[in-house]
Amino acid sequence: MTDVTSSAPPQGASAVSSNPAQRFLKATELDTRMLGMVGALAVIWIGFHIISGGLFLTPRNLWNLSVQSASVAIMSTGMVLVIVTRNIDLSVGSLLGFVGMIMGVTQTEILPQWLGFGHPAIWVVALIVGIALGALIGALQGYIIAYMGVPSFIVTLGGLLVWRGAAWWVTSGRTVAPLDATFRLMGGGPDGAIGSFWSWVAGFIACIALVLMLSYGRKQRRKFHFPLRPLWAEGFLAAFGCAAILGAVAVANSYPWPAAIVRRYAEANNIAIPEGGLFIAHGIAIPVLIAVGVGIVMTFLANRTRFGRYVFAIGGNPEAAVLAGINTRWVLMKVFILMGMLAAISGAISAARLNAATNAMGTLDELLVIAAAVIGGTSLGGGIGTIAGAMIGAVLMQSLASGMILLGVDTPLQNIVVGIVLVIAVWLDTLYRKRVK
Amino acid sequence: MDSRTPLVEMKNISIAFGGIHAVDNVSVDLFPGEVVALVGHNGAGKSTLIKILSGAYKRDAGTILINGEEAQINNPRDAKKYGIETIYQTLALADNVDAAANLFLGRELRTSWGTLDDVAMESETRKVMGRLNPRFQRFKEPVSSLSGGQRQSVAIARAIYFDARILIMDEPTAALGPQETAQVGDLVRQLKSDGIGIFLISHDIHDVFGLADRVVVMKNGQVVGTARTSDVTEDDILGMIILGKCPPGAVPGPGALQVAA
Repeated sequence: MTDVTSSAPPQGASAVSSNPAQRFLKATELDTRMLGMVGALAVIWIGFHIISGGLFLTPRNLWNLSVQSASVAIMSTGMVLVIVTRNIDLSVGSLLGFVGMIMGVTQTEILPQWLGFGHPAIWVVALIVGIALGALIGALQGYIIAYMGVPSFIVTLGGLLVWRGAAWWVTSGRTVAPLDATFRLMGGGPDGAIGSFWSWVAGFIACIALVLMLSYGRKQRRKFHFPLRPLWAEGFLAAFGCAAILGAVAVANSYPWPAAIVRRYAEANNIAIPEGGLFIAHGIAIPVLIAVGVGIVMTFLANRTRFGRYVFAIGGNPEAAVLAGINTRWVLMKVFILMGMLAAISGAISAARLNAATNAMGTLDELLVIAAAVIGGTSLGGGIGTIAGAMIGAVLMQSLASGMILLGVDTPLQNIVVGIVLVIAVWLDTLYRKRVK
Repeated sequence: MDSRTPLVEMKNISIAFGGIHAVDNVSVDLFPGEVVALVGHNGAGKSTLIKILSGAYKRDAGTILINGEEAQINNPRDAKKYGIETIYQTLALADNVDAAANLFLGRELRTSWGTLDDVAMESETRKVMGRLNPRFQRFKEPVSSLSGGQRQSVAIARAIYFDARILIMDEPTAALGPQETAQVGDLVRQLKSDGIGIFLISHDIHDVFGLADRVVVMKNGQVVGTARTSDVTEDDILGMIILGKCPPGAVPGPGALQVAA
C-alpha cells in the first residue's frame, strides 16, 4: 500500500533545510520533552538561588535535596508503569508506612531475640522481609485488579486505608526506634554516604558505562546499516553526559561533614585535626545511589525487556495486546508486584532517615509520587511515560518544596504553589503534545 | 466436492453472548491456496466466527480441525502456533509504539542476553515493509502518527511475516482508497499462489467477489449457504445476504430460508 497521504520526507532530507537547533536535536536524537523538563528544573533552581540570595545552589542544599528526593523518586519509577497500563496506585504511601513499620519491628523486636542485638545480618534480613512483604501486598492488590476485575482506583483506595490502619495496628501506634546501625545507613547522613574516593570511583564507572553504551549502540546500528549519528554528536553526548556525572560527584564531594562529627571521627581514629579544620566530604548519599540504581534497573526493564514492551503495548491498546497473545493479566499483576517492592525500598529509606518507624510515615506520599510521574510526562490516558522523566519530576517537586522552605514561605502557601505548578505542568505538556502531533 | 484434506475445518461452531446466539451451529472449511469469502450483514456473526478461529473468543460448542487433526485453540497464542494469522478489522495495533514493536508484538526477537533486540527487529521490519510499501520510512514513529494505509500495511506485515498458513482478513480494505484496495487484491492473489488459505471477511460482496473461490453467506449467526463464485452471480449472493434465499448453484446451510415448495 503506497502511502498517498504520507508527508514524511525520506530520512536525512529534512536535516538540510532546518535551522541549527533542529539540526542539533536531530543529530543527537535527544528527547525535546526531556530537555524541556531539565530546562524547567534549571529555571527553578536558578530562580530560587537568586531569590534566596545564593542559598539554593550550594553543595549542602543540593546534597540534601538529592537525599530528600530519593524516596519519592524510587516509587515514581514504579508509578510510571502503573499509570502507563491505565491504572493508578493510591496505596503506595500507606504501603510504605506499613512495610516500614514491619521492617522496624523486625529489626528491633524480632531479630535481636534470634540473632542477638547488633548482629551484622539484621539489616539485610529486615530489608528482605520488607521487600518480600511489599511484593506480596503488591501481588494481592494486583491479583484483585487483574484477575478479579476490580478497578485499580478502588482496590488501592481500599489499600490506602487498610495498610495505614495496619501500620498503626502492628505496634498500637507506638513509634519503633532506634533502628539497626547498618540499616540506618540507607537513610543518608554523614555515615550514610560513600565518601569522596568511592564517589569518584562510582562517577568514573558511570562515565565508562556511558561511553561503552554509546559505542555499542553505534556498532549495532552499523551492523544493520542504519543511519548513524554524526561523530560530533556522539562525542557531544559522551562529553556532556560525563561532565554531568562528574559534576554531580564534585558537588557531593564538596559538602563537608559537620565539625562536631569530624571531631568525633578524628578522636575515634586518632587523627590530629590540622589548623583550620579537617575537610571530610560526604560524597554520594547511599539513598541517592539506591535511587539511581533503581532508576537504571527500571529503565532497563521498561525499554529493553519483553515485560516493559508489553506494559507499554497494554497501555497503548489493551485489546491489541490480548490479540497479540500477551498474557495481559499476569503482566498487570507483575507491575503491581514491582510497585509494592519499590514502595518497600522507599519505606526502608524513609525509616532509616528518621531512624524510626512511625505509623504516619509516607502519609500523602501517593499524591507526591503520582504528581512526580505526571509532571515527568506520564500520560494518565496510558501508554506514555518515561522512568527518567518521573525521577526528574520527583526532583522538581522536591526542589519546589525545599526552595520554599529556604525562603520561609508559609506551609499553606507551599501547598498552594505545588498544586498550581502541577496543573500548569500538565497543561503545558498537553499543549506540547498537541503541537508535536 | 474436494478429496483433499481441508486446511481448516470448523464444524458445528456455536457461541452465545448472554443468550444471543452470535454464531449458531456454523460449519466452514478452507483448502490450501483457496480464498473463502465470509459475507453477510453487520452483525451476521462473521467476525465472531473468525475470532473463534484466531483464539480471541472461546467457542461454546463445536470442533476445529487443522489439516484433519483436532486443534486446541483457547487463546491467540495457540492459534498462532497453528500458523493462523489475523488482520483484524480494528487492525489491533498498539498506537503508542513503532512499527517494529507492533510487528513483533508477543513474538519479540531477543539478543543472547534475553533483552529485546530492537535493531534486529527494525531491520526485519524494514525488509518486510520494503516489500509491502516501499515508500514507507517512518520506522521510529509511533503508529498513531501513520496514515490509514500505512497502519494497514503494518497490520498486514505482521500477519505475513511469520509464515502464516492460514490468513484471516477481517474487512482488510475498509480503511483504504481504491489504489490501496487494488494492492491488497494483488497481495491476496500472491499469497494464494503460495498455497496459503485465506478467509476474507466483508460486508460488501463487490469487494471480494473477484478474489474469492467460494463464498459463505451468513445471516443471524447461521450459514445461509456456500457457493463457488463460478456457479453464482453477485445478485444471487446479494439475495442470500438480504433474504437468506439460497440460489440453485449454492449448497444451502442451516440458515437458508425454507421456501415452501
